[in-house]
Formats: sequence, structure tokens, C-alpha cells
Amino acid sequence: MSEHVQTLVDAVALGSIYALMAVGIGLVFGVLRLVNFAYGQLIMAGAYALALTNDQPVLVSIALCFAVVLALSLAMEFAAFRPLRGASPTTMLVATFAISYLLQSIALVRFGAIGKIIVVIPKLSEPVTIGSVNIRWITIVTILVAIAVFTALTLLLTKTTIGLQMRAASIDPQTARLLGVRANAVITTAVLVSGVIAAIVAVILPMAVPERLLVGPDFALRETIIVLVGVVVGGIDRLLTATLGGFTMGLAVGLLAGFLPSSGTWPFTSSVYLDSAVFMLVIIVLLLRPEGLFVRGRQAALERV
Amino acid sequence: MDRRGLVAVLGPVFVLMVVGIVGSLGSVDPALEVEFRSALVSVAMVVALYVFVGNAGVVSFGHVSFVAVGAFAAGVMTIPVELKPTITPGLFSLLGDHSVGNAASLVLAAAVGGVFALLVGIPLMRLSGLAASIATFAVLGVTYNILNNWTKIGPGPLTLTTVPETTGLLQATLGAIAVVLVAFAYQRSRFGRKLRAAREDSAAARAAGIDVRRERLWAFALSGALSGFAGGLLVHLAGTLQARDVYLDLTFLTLAMLVVGGVGSLWGAVVGALAVSALDSFLLRAESGEIGVVNDLLGKPLWGGSRLVGVAIFMAVVLVLLPNGLTRGREFRLPRFRRGRGGPQEAAA
Repeated sequence: MSEHVQTLVDAVALGSIYALMAVGIGLVFGVLRLVNFAYGQLIMAGAYALALTNDQPVLVSIALCFAVVLALSLAMEFAAFRPLRGASPTTMLVATFAISYLLQSIALVRFGAIGKIIVVIPKLSEPVTIGSVNIRWITIVTILVAIAVFTALTLLLTKTTIGLQMRAASIDPQTARLLGVRANAVITTAVLVSGVIAAIVAVILPMAVPERLLVGPDFALRETIIVLVGVVVGGIDRLLTATLGGFTMGLAVGLLAGFLPSSGTWPFTSSVYLDSAVFMLVIIVLLLRPEGLFVRGRQAALERV
Repeated sequence: MDRRGLVAVLGPVFVLMVVGIVGSLGSVDPALEVEFRSALVSVAMVVALYVFVGNAGVVSFGHVSFVAVGAFAAGVMTIPVELKPTITPGLFSLLGDHSVGNAASLVLAAAVGGVFALLVGIPLMRLSGLAASIATFAVLGVTYNILNNWTKIGPGPLTLTTVPETTGLLQATLGAIAVVLVAFAYQRSRFGRKLRAAREDSAAARAAGIDVRRERLWAFALSGALSGFAGGLLVHLAGTLQARDVYLDLTFLTLAMLVVGGVGSLWGAVVGALAVSALDSFLLRAESGEIGVVNDLLGKPLWGGSRLVGVAIFMAVVLVLLPNGLTRGREFRLPRFRRGRGGPQEAAA
């Protein structure tokens, strides 16, 4: 029993991380219609910043991580997103795919293929026993951080002027501009908020996911692909459905990783085939609900984009 | 066929023949000949990708899966039967006890790629354009994961070796030309024209009675079959293959080639594949210190791994400056000295 609870809590934590990434991608998609495939490389850059400052005090290290990720986010906005504004969503997706590869290759040339270990707060990796269940501190912290981020984001989007403008721009950019919403301010805000979330993920991911203890050029790449697919499964047109899609993918990955046996000869039957099992579920869900798992009614009759 | 159409298809075919012939002249240096052959196989892969992406206007990140299944099918089935127990010990007996020849393996690769694309296309083509693009990653993920682990159908995490190296310059050239001819025949056919109409204006195409999903599915399956065929050429090129050779790096490289040349035209696919192959070969040689100019400029060979940096920068610059690629989405035309009647719009067909 207790190991089931443990698996469930771990899966919820993984879902929280994926949901954070999904909301970071979804925020930019909302205002720009741009799917940022290079989002994982923002997280990678933050992780390198952490790994290279292991000997510094934790707060300095984390501050540097935020600074690097935000600077890179702004650089992406000015060097790539702005020149591409108005291009088709397909062109922009391919362009961010190229940027992702560019950043990976630069990391490979600069830091090599061998991963660097990341030490943030070792204490958080220790387990805590609640009843008969052993949970690591980081699992609890992850879930709490995610709740805090979503609360803050909800307040930002509903209670502030810039948040209102962001929502307006994501529903109808042309009308929003006619009514005096400044496109550049809204987009830059969205990119920065999305960058802050990427930095938070960069700090949490190495502690929460044991395979991500080392940072290499392909850090967070697998997560990005799973989250992007999750965003589509949930429903890409709305921030809420996109985020729920990301969360569902994390939950599914966590639960399957916990319950699949570690060996098996046939595909989909062991944790070696975890990715296949998850993506097969995705394909089945898409077959049943092509408009998105959490989209109510058949809104997307014609292609919007 | 009208004259312009004839020129549009004969141009790329002629260019590919020239590449093949020049490659055979350079055969004094075997390393250079390999690069010509691999450029021609790249043309086959990129044109196969173009059949779907170019005509439907929907990007696919999953086509390398079809290349992968084609390559592994052709590779596993052409290893001599007596070597199979050492190279791929876990095979199903149906696969382990039989081998086929080079030509049959290419047909098999095309069939496997086409059937696989048709099956996964059924759910994927129900999605809208952008969602379909992202969902194709799921196909790539499943294919890579299974090929990399399941030893009953291939080498699993090991390397497939001792595949006969039958993709010489002749087979590479003829293979690339065959893919170009099929692609051209498709885009001039009733099906191709319907799909291109839907690409330009989905709502209007629907109103005219075109079933966009069905047309996309046919293109996806045909494109998958051609990708499988190209995968067959690929595995016979070097004689060895690993699952990770046909994963994200190749996906990026083939997409970069298509985008650089211009997604909208067959000529763009050919030009992009050749241009990026040339750049790639140049950077690879610069990394190993074979290009004197680079050595003099930097004082040392190019940093290891710069190759993908170069290709990615090239792709990003082309995307920002020339969103329609080097060919601007036009088919091949002979240079003209007097102004023709047709404007650039007309030539896009």
C-alpha cells in the first residue's frame, strides 16, 4: 500500500514539473502563436549556470541561474521571435527547433558531451517519513512551488492590467491592439514570465528527477518533447487545458514508471519501454479526442492557425 | 505534359545526374565519393519528406521514423542468414531464417515505411496542422524507443553491421531520381493538386468538396513509403546502423535541408539537401583539420561539434531572411532573357 502512495505522490510531483513547463510554453504560445521548442534549452542553460557555481553559496547560484535564463529568454525574443513575428506557426516551430539545436550544439562545443553534476540543496534529497510512507523533501517542495506559481500566475492574469492585456491578446491579438494593448509590452512580459518559470524548473529538476542530476547538452530535451505532446493532448488553444495536458503527461509517466516491471520482452510491458507506452497512450487519446482531452464541446471545427 | 512542367522535373533529375557523375570522377578520393553518395541519399530522404510537408503545408517531425523502420527492415533482411545469430541473436525466426537481395530489400523498406505511415497517419491526420506537427514527435519517440530496445526485430541497443554496402553512386543516383519522379508525379496528380489547394486555403478547399484529412493521409502514406525506401538506401550506404543514427539529429538535419531549400517546391527540397550536405561535409572536414583556410584563420581545426552549430545558424538565418527558402518556393525554370507571361505566383504550381 505505502509504495503505491509513494508512487502516486512522486507522479504528482513529476506532473507538477511538467505542468510548470507546459504553462511556460503555453504563455508564449498564447500571445505569439509560437510553440517554443527551445524551451528545454532555456532550462539547460539554467542548469549549466547551477552546475558551474556548485562551490558558491546556494542563493548566489540560484540567482545566477535566474539571470542566465532570463537573459537568454530576452535574447531569443529579440534575435528570433521578433524577426519571425507574423510568420506562420509552422515556420516559427521549425525556427525554434533550429534554435534548440543551435543551443545544444553550442553547449556540446563549449562543455562537451559528458554531463556535469548539479548540487543545489542536498538536504532536500533526504527522505521524510509520514506514517509508513517515505517521501523525499524535494517532492513536497516541488508540489508546493508549483501550487505557489500557479496561484501567482492566476493573480497576475486576473488582477493586473498587464495580465488582462495578455489574456486579451491571446484571445484576439488584432482587436486587442486596436483597443490600445501594446503588443511588444505584452509579448516581452509573457517571455519573461515564461523565463522565470523555466529558471524555477531548472532549479527543481536536477533534485526531483534522479536521471537529471547531470547536465549535458540534451538536458530537459526529453521532458520538452513529452510536455509539447502533452500540451497538444490537453488542448493547445487555452492555457488551462495546455497546463492540464502537461500535468497529465507527468502523472502518466510517473505512474507507469512506478507500476511497469523493470524487465519484459515485449514492447510496452516494462519500464524500458516507458516512452513508447506513454506515447502510445497519447496516440490512442488523440484518436478518441482529436480536439484535446480537456476541451469541452467541438470548438475547434476549423483550423484556427 | 506542358513544357514548363517538363523543365520543372527534368531540371532536378539533370542536377542529380551531374552530382552522380561528378562523384564518380572524384572517386580517386574514396572519402569524397562517400560524401557524394550520402548527399544523394539525403536528397531521397528530403524529397520524401517534402511529399507530405510541402504539399500539405504541415511540418512532420516523425518522418525519420519511417526512414528508421525502412532502414532496419532492409538492413536486417539483407544480412547473410549465417551471420544473423551473431549480429542480431534475438530475432523472430521468420526474420532470422531468411534473407533477401538488395532490390527486394528496397521494395520491402518502402512497403514497411508506407504501411507504418498509413497506420499512424489515421489518428494524426485528424488533428489540425500545428497539433499534428507536434504529435508526430510521439511517433518518433515510440519508434526510437522500440528499435533501441526490442531485440526480436533488430539489434536493439547494439549496432547493425555487415549489411551489404550496395548503395554505390549508381544506386544512390537512381534512387534519388526515382524518389523525385514519384514526388513530381504525385504533385501533378489529382490528389496532389487537391492537397495543395487545401494548403493554400483550407476552408475554401473544404467548401469545394475536398476531404482534407483523406488527402493528407494519402500524402502521409506515400511520403512514408518514399522515406522507407530512402532508409533502405541509407542502410546500404555505410553497412552499419544504430537506432540513434535515425533519431533527433537526422530529423533536424533533414528538416533543415527542406527549410533551407524552400518547403514549397520539389526543386527546393533538392537544392536544400545538396546545399546543406555540402556545408555539412565542409564543416566536418574543417573539424578534422583538412581545410587549410580554416586552419590558417583559427590557428587550429574547427572546434569538434561545430558542424551542427553551422547548420543550425545557416537554417536560422535562411528562415529569418528568406522564409520561403533559397528557391523561394519555386520549381526549377530555365533562365529567361525576355519577360514571360507568368508571374512568380503562377510558377509556384
